[in-house]
Amino acid sequence: MNDVVQDIKKIAQQVYDHIKKAKPPALETPVRSLSNVAFDKKEGFFRIQDSVKRRALTASTIKSFAQTLRMMGLSKELVESDDTATKREAYYVSKNWGDARFSEQPESDSVMDDIEAMLRVNREQLGFIPGEHGGAVAGALTVIDHDFETKKEIKIDCTQFGSGAYSIPSSVEHLKFETKAKFILAIETQGMFERLNKHNYWKKENCILIAMSGVPTRACRRFIRKLSDEKHLPVYVFTDGDPYGYGNIYRTLKVGSGNAAHINEFFCVPQAKFIGVTPDDIDDYHLPTHPLKEIDLKKIKDLLKNDPFIQEHKEWQKALQQMAKNKVRVEQQAFAAHGLNHVMEIYLPEKISDAKKWLP
Amino acid sequence: MEPGQHKAHEMATKQRDIGVAEFFARNRHLLGFDNKRKALLTTIKEAVDNSLDACEEAGILPEINVEIIDMQNDRFRVIIEDNGPGIVKEQIPSIFAKLLYGSKFHSLKQSRGQQGIGISASVMYGQLTTGRASKVMSKIGEGEPAHVYELKIDTKTNKPEIISDATKEWSKPHGTKIQIDLEGLYQKGGQSVDEYLKETAVVNPHVTIIYTNPKAEQLIFPRATDVMPVKSEEIKPHPYGVELGVFMKMLEVTPSKTFQQFMTTEFSKVSPKVVKEICEIARILPNVKPKKISHEEVEKIVKAIPEVKIHAPSTDCISPITAELLEKGIKKEINAEFYASVSRSPAVYRGNPFQIEVALAYGGDQPKDKQARVMRFANRVPLLFQQGACGVTKAIQSINWKPYGLNQSSGSLPVGPLTILVHISSVWVPFTSESKEAIAHYPEILAEIKLALQEAGRSLAKYTAKKAKVKGELKKRSFIQKYMPHVATGLQEILGLDKADEEEILRNLDIILEAKRGKLDNMEFDPTKNEEYDEEWAKIGKEESSDEEYGEEREDDEE
Repeated sequence: MNDVVQDIKKIAQQVYDHIKKAKPPALETPVRSLSNVAFDKKEGFFRIQDSVKRRALTASTIKSFAQTLRMMGLSKELVESDDTATKREAYYVSKNWGDARFSEQPESDSVMDDIEAMLRVNREQLGFIPGEHGGAVAGALTVIDHDFETKKEIKIDCTQFGSGAYSIPSSVEHLKFETKAKFILAIETQGMFERLNKHNYWKKENCILIAMSGVPTRACRRFIRKLSDEKHLPVYVFTDGDPYGYGNIYRTLKVGSGNAAHINEFFCVPQAKFIGVTPDDIDDYHLPTHPLKEIDLKKIKDLLKNDPFIQEHKEWQKALQQMAKNKVRVEQQAFAAHGLNHVMEIYLPEKISDAKKWLP
Repeated sequence: MEPGQHKAHEMATKQRDIGVAEFFARNRHLLGFDNKRKALLTTIKEAVDNSLDACEEAGILPEINVEIIDMQNDRFRVIIEDNGPGIVKEQIPSIFAKLLYGSKFHSLKQSRGQQGIGISASVMYGQLTTGRASKVMSKIGEGEPAHVYELKIDTKTNKPEIISDATKEWSKPHGTKIQIDLEGLYQKGGQSVDEYLKETAVVNPHVTIIYTNPKAEQLIFPRATDVMPVKSEEIKPHPYGVELGVFMKMLEVTPSKTFQQFMTTEFSKVSPKVVKEICEIARILPNVKPKKISHEEVEKIVKAIPEVKIHAPSTDCISPITAELLEKGIKKEINAEFYASVSRSPAVYRGNPFQIEVALAYGGDQPKDKQARVMRFANRVPLLFQQGACGVTKAIQSINWKPYGLNQSSGSLPVGPLTILVHISSVWVPFTSESKEAIAHYPEILAEIKLALQEAGRSLAKYTAKKAKVKGELKKRSFIQKYMPHVATGLQEILGLDKADEEEILRNLDIILEAKRGKLDNMEFDPTKNEEYDEEWAKIGKEESSDEEYGEEREDDEE
């Protein structure tokens, strides 16, 4: 904890020393975008590269220069008092910074991410926590947490939520797990998760179900990674068969994102495998489809051209080209066309047992 | 015998009865007497122009006394006195009481009263509106008496009517004084006598004018220099500029024996070779007697002249004000941030040499959202009327002023804190009418005005661009400075600094900022910087009601 405060002070001191010597001060933060990542084949995630943004006494950067320093000040205060603030709260704190206040939360979130990247820590270590829900868990898993007041261990049995689910907290580092499950199934939509949960799919297959509800949050990614690493469980991913499911949801879970490139190393699940829905499944399972929109085709083009992960994998290029050629997408729920339980009785068991039909 | 013939005789008799003086009495608007206000100004203008021309011709530094006395019921007494060379006794009645007398008919010499009707029209106007004779006193030198005349014009015969003729002692060594009673209207504003005299002083820095207006306020415009303008030389006309009627008149009065002799002696730049070429095209003989040339042949000659290549006239007959004096003059009138002046080399239109000088005054206390003020001068005479019809205005409008940092809707005067001064000097300034208010649209003249203004505009552009750059830079700096306290606060929060440290940070950030971005020139308008500016002077001629400001387009009189 104190390391973060030390680092913040060290950086501020460098700025201060420059000013004292009447030398132009500056802060440098890594560029967080796909243009500044490379796919680390060995480790299997997007590794951040060397490009930096410079904030100094220039008209275009002075505001964020001041805001970065003030945000560092807020972080130091939070960490020292063992307090936390949500990203939303941090945004509201800025409202009494006068001219240096943020006008929208994405601006404060971005400065926060820059500080993370600069200090090479994650935001929870800075005292900031995300506001959003981390993901839902059900199945053969017991999560071991503790009571914050008494520090007493709490065992949470994820089989005991009925039609509900265990909610992943924003910080997962302190969690421990007990499980005898065979695999983790990460699911794009809440709807599909509930269907599988309600019909006790996890009991039948002895697995852990996790609903990502779109692009997985950092906590969700970290939770899956930690659980998979500690309990040596394979991770299967089940999304809609569209460019967003492949390029945003699966890609981010597996190798991280450009925006959070500085923390990808810990917030990715390189061992994840994609089981479906693949473009081949459409024919194999006679699935009803929807036509691709212009924006989907553009997204495919963009993925093929700019995404280092896709560029690394011929199979993905083939799948995306196939999708672009057929001009159709498919939803997870499409299996209901063959009966509501077709997906858990036929599709999932067949796909999980046939590694040849997965995508990397 | 047709009845119509009788009628024709009758009409012919009537037509003869309308003499030149009567014609002008009936068409006073042609001469600048359209209305009472303008009549007062025109009278003063004619008298002052004559005085200045006479002084300069005689090499005397002019000192002109102008007095207007309000005699109630729209009547004014105008008295103009100069220290000029005086007028010989015999000429006094004709100069002041005969229209078109001594008209500088084909004499080409840069002067104020080059053309038009002259002071006698004012005498006649006064006589028509008040019934009173004008008084003239003139003295030609030490030891001579001053001759005093009371004069009227016989409007039928256009001959002077001498009411009285006397001599008088006058303490002045030489000079002329005229007194005219007339119906008029005295008003301040952009087209007032006050403004006219002031603008005259602006472009005639060697002149002293003492002016007493009808409110008995005395204004003195003292001379700014003892240096007389270079004396302008009379030149012979150039064939390219000659018109048919003038050409015929010249043939009539020439003492030359042959056409060739006539051409080579009465015109400039005409060699026997040029005459030979003209004759070949016009099919006449060079040795024909000038008086024997028929009207038809004159037409052929005039047509032939433009087809022959003739050297341009010499241009050293022009006496410009000089860019330096022009700028000095405008500085006195307008407190601006930036001045530029350009004096072009002389050029030629239709065989007449002319020269364009311009000055620009930008910024300062001039209004930003109004059309530029235009000050027009011809042979050192201010032109206060018919701005819209003037070639100067057209030339200004044809320029794209936007690159020079002004606003402009296409084909209009630029909008912004700008005064544009244009002076044309010429042996023959082409006016659009006898009232000498607007310059004719000769392409050569418009082109020269345009070139001069563009040259001045380019230096203005440098200034406005620098100003815009400084403004942008200041905006950036103040933006940066706005956030510097937050840098200090951020550091203070993290490092636990005290108030003194924070202040030191702010001081040093200012030093770093200036070191990094360079020192900025102060482009703010400093009203005290222009030492030539004379606030009292600038006020002269302005409307007393405060709502009319300079820079507004001057209203022309209804035409």
